[in-house]
Amino acid sequence: MKLTKTLLASTALTVAAGAVAAQDMADSMTIVSWGGAYQRSQDEAYVKPYLEEHPEVSVSWDESSNEAVARLRAMNEAGNVTWDLVDVVAADAIRLCDEGLAMEYDPDELLAEGDDGTSAEDDFGDLIVSDCYIPQIVYSTTVGYRTDLVGDTPPSDICAIFDLETYPGMRSLERRPINNMEWALYCDGVAKDEIYDVLETPEGQDQALAKLDTIKDNVVWWSAGADTPQLLADGEVIMGSTYNGRLFSLIVEQDQPVDMLWDMQVFDLDGWIIPAGLSDEALARVKDFLYFATDTQRLADQAAYISYGPARESSAPLVGQHAELGIDMAPHMPTDPANAGNTLLYNYEFWADYRDDIDAKFQSWLAQ
Amino acid sequence: MTDATGPDKFDAPTPDNAMRMADKTNGPMLSADGTPLKKSLAKALRMQKIRALALIAPLLIFVLVSFILPIGDMLFRSVENQIVSDTMPRATEALEEWDGAGTPPEAVYEGAYYDLFFAAEQRIHTRLGSRLNYEQTGASSMFRRSGRGLDDIGELYRDQFEDLDENWDEAMPWAELMGDPEWIAEQSEWQEGDSQPEFTLREGIADILPKTAEQYENFALFQQDEEENSPLEEEPWSAVHTALYQDLAANDLSSYSGPRADMLIAADELVASPDFESLTFQQGFEEIDEDWVDPEIWRTIKLYSPDYTSGYFLNSVDMELTPDGVQPRPENERIYIMLFQRTLFMSLMITFSCILLAYPVAYLLSNLPARSANLLMILVLLPFWTSLLVRTSAWKVMLQQQGVINDVLVWIGLVADDSRLTMINNQFGTIVAMTHILLPFMILPMYSVMSTIPPTYVRAAKSLGATNWTTFWRVYFPQSIPGIGAGSILVFILSIGYYITPEIVGGNTGTFISNRIAYHISSSLNWGLAAALGAILLAVVLILYWAYDRIVGIDNVKLG
Repeated sequence: MKLTKTLLASTALTVAAGAVAAQDMADSMTIVSWGGAYQRSQDEAYVKPYLEEHPEVSVSWDESSNEAVARLRAMNEAGNVTWDLVDVVAADAIRLCDEGLAMEYDPDELLAEGDDGTSAEDDFGDLIVSDCYIPQIVYSTTVGYRTDLVGDTPPSDICAIFDLETYPGMRSLERRPINNMEWALYCDGVAKDEIYDVLETPEGQDQALAKLDTIKDNVVWWSAGADTPQLLADGEVIMGSTYNGRLFSLIVEQDQPVDMLWDMQVFDLDGWIIPAGLSDEALARVKDFLYFATDTQRLADQAAYISYGPARESSAPLVGQHAELGIDMAPHMPTDPANAGNTLLYNYEFWADYRDDIDAKFQSWLAQ
Repeated sequence: MTDATGPDKFDAPTPDNAMRMADKTNGPMLSADGTPLKKSLAKALRMQKIRALALIAPLLIFVLVSFILPIGDMLFRSVENQIVSDTMPRATEALEEWDGAGTPPEAVYEGAYYDLFFAAEQRIHTRLGSRLNYEQTGASSMFRRSGRGLDDIGELYRDQFEDLDENWDEAMPWAELMGDPEWIAEQSEWQEGDSQPEFTLREGIADILPKTAEQYENFALFQQDEEENSPLEEEPWSAVHTALYQDLAANDLSSYSGPRADMLIAADELVASPDFESLTFQQGFEEIDEDWVDPEIWRTIKLYSPDYTSGYFLNSVDMELTPDGVQPRPENERIYIMLFQRTLFMSLMITFSCILLAYPVAYLLSNLPARSANLLMILVLLPFWTSLLVRTSAWKVMLQQQGVINDVLVWIGLVADDSRLTMINNQFGTIVAMTHILLPFMILPMYSVMSTIPPTYVRAAKSLGATNWTTFWRVYFPQSIPGIGAGSILVFILSIGYYITPEIVGGNTGTFISNRIAYHISSSLNWGLAAALGAILLAVVLILYWAYDRIVGIDNVKLG
């Protein structure tokens, strides 16, 4: 009796340490991600290495992250969750957690320590924005411009978007209030740390929309991340907002006459959630995988495939070179000190509350 | 000559001679096995019906399960609103007494405390927060914060009881105080994996400690059913301590003589002493979030406490439910009526452009010699086999300002380089792209109707002296109308629910109501509103269909 207890206890310990007898775990996993270059970076940086260590496991990808919230809710209502691990942006993670669709976890129990010995909770720090969220990377939404179409003085700050005199022509912005409202207020003279206080009030929302109104006729509104790179490459717009990784691939990998601004880039996160209600075997496998996939080295490895910053502080010094081009990746990270001079951290709580309200106003304004 | 197979050689009736037999005997008609013919016939028919039904049963069940039920379920969400009263039963009941002026009475806060505490343990309080956030901005974070903050209220009491006697924070003494002794005996023998003996309250405890008994029972049953823990090993929630304080403050228990009497009487004395710290539930809520003292949130909860709400439908026609009745939304938030109108207008435009383009093509298809008609048919079907996204993106390449059409126009000098035409990301782009995508749906029914029009009619009309135009207009066209009708209905109904193409090429002025439905389904998760918008769209289609039937007649529609 006592022996079994000791055995049980030691098994529990090894589970926590991330090495457990394989028969307790499911040997297949369905991972949900975004497809494209981002999914490839995950595959190369930690899924393939994990599968090499565990040849009995098979992984299938589902490229449904952009509709993960609705799909998970529907699966949950049908009582049949077929996903094991879902990659979502932070705002979606908060909503999934609120809806009880994602599992809460304890960072220090589930995740590895940093390689410098800091606890997982401290290593990820503030980036764990929800009790259900395991962040992987920091990305930012920022502005790219055509070097050949902006005249002799290329833009140096975000407010170039609103400067039709110096930079006449079309620009592309995302068809949603988030980010656009913040930039509009900032360029209308609101101090950076007061943006969300102002945006809380109806007057502040009107002020932001009035600022956006000044360029409304010169904006192409995008809804997919690939839109702005395409519009820039075709010369449809002279500048436009998109994710920094897309701009990296346009500028460095595809060598287009495009350059980018880091000024007032808006930081956002991408990471994992574990769906609520997994079977014990599936959960054990997912935990084992996560322990491996979110450690310091693995997150730093991911940066060799895509220009997104690792979410662990301890990973930053380990960021190396691009896997194919062999260039240093650190200067292309949104979190690099040289790029992070003037940034805005997306306020999740604010948008969780105000998203529906402001979106109604924004869409109504757009449609006028 | 013997004719053994002749009908009259049988004694029993056969289908051939039954009538004659019946006439002869004057009795009821009998079938071969002697049962009355009527009965036997009915039996055979019933068997046939059952067999037919069994044959179509797979389809019937499939349609019912995969189509009717989900749609019904989705539409039902447009009025369903049980979440508020299910999550906050005590508070919504207490709110019924409240007239909406000033802060609500303490009973509301008390109810809300116990409701939300229990909801937070089940982790469903944030779900209610998201629901109410659709109606009142800020509810989402208020509920999220409150889930954590509610513990502070109970901990105030728990700490004081614990300082008096550590047993107040132990599982077993509580179980002895509240639980039935027989249940305790059974429960203590329980081992993990077995089913637990259901918790029962000790007799009489609910009379002296009513609130505590209710809260402890909630706690114990939740531990047993949801967490699969034994209540004998779990310290009670702080809500139980809060309830204990309330009971002790309300009742005098100095004469109590059950299990754990010393512990309870000491606590009773402690509560009565002036040093005992307490605060009202309202104060507790105010400490978590000041907005809880604002009547606004309570008005919203009261307004949405009924099980069914018209709120979603009102929202989808730019109205809102307020304590003062139904009111139009502020002007800068109105969008849906305009989107419905735009959807109808653009769907009609697309239908008409499809008719104009498809008619000559279908005419050619049905009148050309077979070889060239086949080639033309392949050309019609070819885009049909190409991916929708590819076709839509191709239009982007064609129509954008640096696109093919603009380049050609600039090259031949029709348009100046700095004033290129805007043909995409607006209504024009959507109409062009969707007309192209839906064109086959118009051509095919038109073609199948036109190919059944006998060419002799046209020849007859001409031989009687009609001009080409008269022949077409008076003879050919009327016969092709059923094809136009069928194609129009197909194209119109398809386009009214389209959302991928408008999303890609629509810009701000070319999006449909379905884009908003998709947004509410997949992004804002406001499925109730999406369902209401969908229900209205469905109703509009049905009304138009009915009107079409009255004006043109649905019999006039032919698919071939």
